[in-house]
Amino acid sequence: MEIKILGNKDTRSGFGDGLTYLGENNPNVVALCADLTGSLKMGDFKNKFPERFYQVGIAEANMVGIAAGLTIGGKIPFTGTFANFSTSRVYDQVRQSIAYSNKNVKLCASHAGLTLGEDGATHQVLEDIGMMKMLPGMTVINPCDYNQTKAATIAIANHNGPVYLRFGRPKVPIFIPENTPFEIGKALLLQEGTDVSIFATGHLVWEAVEAAKVLAESGVSVELINIHTIKPLDTKSILKSVAKTKCVVTAEEHQIAGGMGESIAQLLASNSPAPIEFVAVNDKFGESGKPADLMKKYGLHSSNIIEATHRVLKRK
Amino acid sequence: MHKEKINQLNAFSSQIRRDIVRMVHAQNSGHPGGSLGCVEYFTALYNEVMTHHPKPFNMDGNNEDLFFLSNGHISPVFYATLARTGYFPIEELNTFRMIDSRLQGHPTTHEGLPGVRVASGSLGQGLSVAIGAALSKKANNDNSIVYTLHGDGELQEGQIWEAAMYAASNNVDNLISTIDYNGRQIDGDVDDVLSLGNLKSKWLAFGWDVLETNGNNIEVLMSTLEIAKTKTGKGKPIMIIMETEMGFGVDYMMGSHKWHGVAPNDDQLKVALNQLEESLGDY
Repeated sequence: MEIKILGNKDTRSGFGDGLTYLGENNPNVVALCADLTGSLKMGDFKNKFPERFYQVGIAEANMVGIAAGLTIGGKIPFTGTFANFSTSRVYDQVRQSIAYSNKNVKLCASHAGLTLGEDGATHQVLEDIGMMKMLPGMTVINPCDYNQTKAATIAIANHNGPVYLRFGRPKVPIFIPENTPFEIGKALLLQEGTDVSIFATGHLVWEAVEAAKVLAESGVSVELINIHTIKPLDTKSILKSVAKTKCVVTAEEHQIAGGMGESIAQLLASNSPAPIEFVAVNDKFGESGKPADLMKKYGLHSSNIIEATHRVLKRK
Repeated sequence: MHKEKINQLNAFSSQIRRDIVRMVHAQNSGHPGGSLGCVEYFTALYNEVMTHHPKPFNMDGNNEDLFFLSNGHISPVFYATLARTGYFPIEELNTFRMIDSRLQGHPTTHEGLPGVRVASGSLGQGLSVAIGAALSKKANNDNSIVYTLHGDGELQEGQIWEAAMYAASNNVDNLISTIDYNGRQIDGDVDDVLSLGNLKSKWLAFGWDVLETNGNNIEVLMSTLEIAKTKTGKGKPIMIIMETEMGFGVDYMMGSHKWHGVAPNDDQLKVALNQLEESLGDY
């Protein structure tokens, strides 16, 4: 796939537009929001389908429970709030009323990670992937751009079971072509290579694209794979790639603990151990600041992926 | 109500009470106190009040009334009632709290037990789920009613009040909730652990229609539930504050929080069974 910039948009708008598409095409889809309709880009759905939109106020635990109940009778509820309030704030509700009860709820979470920016660490959840992937039966998806987020939003409505869909606040490059099929659990090969496998998810996919360009200039052949679905993990694609490259860099806007990299490390340790470097937040809370500055400070920049690649190549 | 009907319902309740004490005794584990106190409520709901279809059990429950047990620890009364009203074989009560059983310590959908529509046990979640189911019914133009039961201690959970606010401000008027107001919780009297204050005033202030009743008198309770039904569809959710005696029907269990989560021993079981008529045949 030739990677070029097709535009610049926030991933949350991909969610909002995907939700509107679902409103027009799937009468069972309903949406709930906890006083963040604008931030989640749910306004269009709300205006077009007011009878299918539930404003629950600042009461996320109640929202999660109501969503679980709405599935009884055949609705497909999409809840929308910030990632922190979709996970850590309501973990027990998600665990008991949705995951353990196997309810067909789609937990849609914006403003994940450091790129939330100025609001600071209270809102910058970096542990959500870990919390959600630990729940049996929960599907965890972290798309990388506007197009992929829109496609993922539409795809999860057809998946029967609980889903955590994670996206973000800032405008980022669009580089996944609009017609790219989104298959839950199927990794997307962005660039073939032979020296190192870089597995990236969410906003870090674009950073990895930039890193791969620079690495190519210094003669490093990168195989770049977009892991949009962290659970279930595309074990086949990952093992196939690592069998060829023999070393791995993972990149994500999340703690190392509990993240996508951890899942990949676990897979490799059990099957074919290979050196691995993690580009992720290392056991720290975030802070206020401009998203780009925060990504640099916490080591989530393309330059960090390049450094990690050189480190892992030496460990081969 | 006809005397014959009352006798019939009381006989059903007596058998449910036998089932409860036998279930918790068999595993030396479970919650007899709250279960015994709520027997009349379950008897009324599943025999008279709700329109429901035990077989085949349908999760969506379209065009039938739905019940959600929010205080999941009183699973013995829930299971015994479900079994005795045709949801699953009565003999399955033998497996309560055993490994590989569908009758988990707290109710769950996970093992596919007919009659259960959401897991409960971690308190405070059932009202929200019931509101969701009630909204689903409204969206589907289904005029059935959604029922919930809560412990009084459970009201200490904050989520209950989020849900209370939501239901009233969004006119969820196809919902009849009930509080098992027995005044006890694990650590002692509710008033000593964390007082609920003026409970009726609280629910009224939250915008609910409130009824009060005696949960251990089937005639009084039935009449309250029938009144509650007539109040649906009028813009307000309905709350029944139901006074019960924890451990009702077994003299040594009554009037104390000590039997919240303790099973009777062999001798205590005999005493209990002597006080409860075997009306429908033990499992």
